[in-house]
Amino acid sequence: MTNLAEVTRKRVSKIHAGELSSATWVTAALFLILALFIIMNPAEFGTASNLSNIALDASILLVLAVGGTYVLITGGVDLSIGSVLVFSSVAGAKVMQHFGGAGGDAVIGGLAAALVAGAGWGFINGFVITRMRVAPLVVTLGTLGMALGFALMWAGGNDLQGVPPNLVYRFGLGNILPGIPAVATVAAFVALVAGVVLAWTKFGRYTYAIGSNSESSKRAGIAVDRHLIKVYMLGGLLAGLAGFLSLARFGTTSIAGHNLDNMNALTGVIIGGTSLYGGVGKVFGTVIGTLIPAVLQNGFVIAGLPPYWQQVAVGAVLIFAVYLDRARRDAELS
Amino acid sequence: MTASSPRVPLLEARGITKHFGGVEALRGADFTVFENEVVALIGDNGAGKSTLVKILSGAQPPTSGQILVEGVETKLRSATDARAAGIETVFQDLALAPQLDAVANLYLGRELQTRNRIFRAFGWLDHKAMRTNAEAVLTDLGVKIKDIRKPISALSGGQRQGVAVARAVNWSSKVVFMDEPTAALGVVQTRQVLDTIRRVRDSGKSVVLVSHNMDDILAVADRIEVLRLGQRVRVFTSAEATLNGLVAAMTGAPVTEGVK
Ligand SMILES: Nc1ncnc2c1ncn2[C@@H]1O[C@H](COP(=O)(O)OP(=O)(O)OP(=O)(O)O)[C@@H](O)[C@H]1O
Ligand SMILES: [Mg+2]
Repeated sequence: MTNLAEVTRKRVSKIHAGELSSATWVTAALFLILALFIIMNPAEFGTASNLSNIALDASILLVLAVGGTYVLITGGVDLSIGSVLVFSSVAGAKVMQHFGGAGGDAVIGGLAAALVAGAGWGFINGFVITRMRVAPLVVTLGTLGMALGFALMWAGGNDLQGVPPNLVYRFGLGNILPGIPAVATVAAFVALVAGVVLAWTKFGRYTYAIGSNSESSKRAGIAVDRHLIKVYMLGGLLAGLAGFLSLARFGTTSIAGHNLDNMNALTGVIIGGTSLYGGVGKVFGTVIGTLIPAVLQNGFVIAGLPPYWQQVAVGAVLIFAVYLDRARRDAELS
Repeated sequence: MTASSPRVPLLEARGITKHFGGVEALRGADFTVFENEVVALIGDNGAGKSTLVKILSGAQPPTSGQILVEGVETKLRSATDARAAGIETVFQDLALAPQLDAVANLYLGRELQTRNRIFRAFGWLDHKAMRTNAEAVLTDLGVKIKDIRKPISALSGGQRQGVAVARAVNWSSKVVFMDEPTAALGVVQTRQVLDTIRRVRDSGKSVVLVSHNMDDILAVADRIEVLRLGQRVRVFTSAEATLNGLVAAMTGAPVTEGVK
């Protein structure tokens, strides 16, 4: 009896250590990388303006990745967010053009259009996944193509102009306080709210519960399908917001520039320790997981290394992060 | 034998059938739970016990048949319906969320929210109250968990079963179904669950115990209903039940064919 208890206790404390490693490891990795680059080139890399550049580079991706985190925690996946971003930015730009490309009406109309377009695609994803019982991977692969196709048709194959210049200069390229970019502030706020909701509210609790065991959640009286639709809508809504932020930052739809957004966002989510199997993940991890590629990108450029190395390094980090995730899962199941 | 009982059953199933494609899991099964009793539901593997439990806890709809709660026909379309009727269940698969901790599992779908009105509007959880209550409930039922914040998947099979039992007992008001609640338990914990079953009955509720362990059943059951090939074939009172009689009824061996 005591023996058995002893064995159980030991195994349990080992799991605890394994669990810590995933989140702590990535955070440590981020600080290690930062430290290395700062030591290598403090004059350029360590400056406030460079660090704020990194934050700005990561922010649009972070907004996408926050939505992706929720979806992944439910045990699903959303491959369409990059295309939905593009579609939403086209919708936003069209409305801005409609309002003459200047003034508050154009800004607010454009924002509303982008958010509605994003949430709409999210609804389609959630509806088809839950009501028609098609796997999330398949549904969002389908809407990935559809949203992009519609966006290109609507935009006539070209990038759209007509973003109010004030939006670009004051907000997209502007700072809230010296050195603190407005777009990065929005992204940080989104991440903060999403993180709090996930950890402290019923909505967050159900997101974990469904990803952990959707059948048990159903038997516990949770409206699983309705919750999943909401989560996919949240993912779409945040992709819409990202589309608006992208318009503000680049002053155009920059369609081709978002080719890899969905994969990069997913990479950030997974590096941050959110489990592909559902039920596990934190927004904080996603923040770190999104910053790592941005820091590597920036650092390699400053170090004068070919920027292609960034892709190689991020790929390696991604695989290592998933290895940790799997190891943790095995430890839990054994 | 229970023939001229004037009592209205607390819960009654009449002529329940359930088809899974070509498989007929239940073929006109009857089942009765009276107030304030422990009734065992026994039968061979595949007899349809778990299917009947799922139907009576709203987890699955029957293909046909009637369900009566206190004499009134009731449709249990979801687990929520069953809960509203005072029915709680320890499912054979436990129906826990493995990545969540014991507290979250105890309160799954019934989370306590903070009293502050503004925070409440955002669905803010009262983590502290849930934790305190959960600790009390678990201690009360003798479920020992060192770190209550650990995910359920990191607990032992017995601890997990303890959490599932505690959840059902805690929330039930009339009937607790337990589908093989002692399957993963050692001697000590099994005795604990049996004690819990008696305590639940002594508090005025009823317990339906599904088990393959005849010793456990003979120890706690007031009545025993036997399911074979999807139908109720016999009902025993505890006084008339013997190991041989039960086994014979379960397997359909030619021992004094019983009438119910
Ligand atoms: N979801 C399902 N799909 C198909 N067949 C099912 C399903 N659930 C149960 N069955 C079948 O219904 C029959 C009864 O199963 P059930 O699980 O109710 O038996 P049981 O009496 O609980 O058995 P055990 O003692 O092994 O737990 C079996 O033949 C089983 O294969
Ligand atoms: Mg069974």
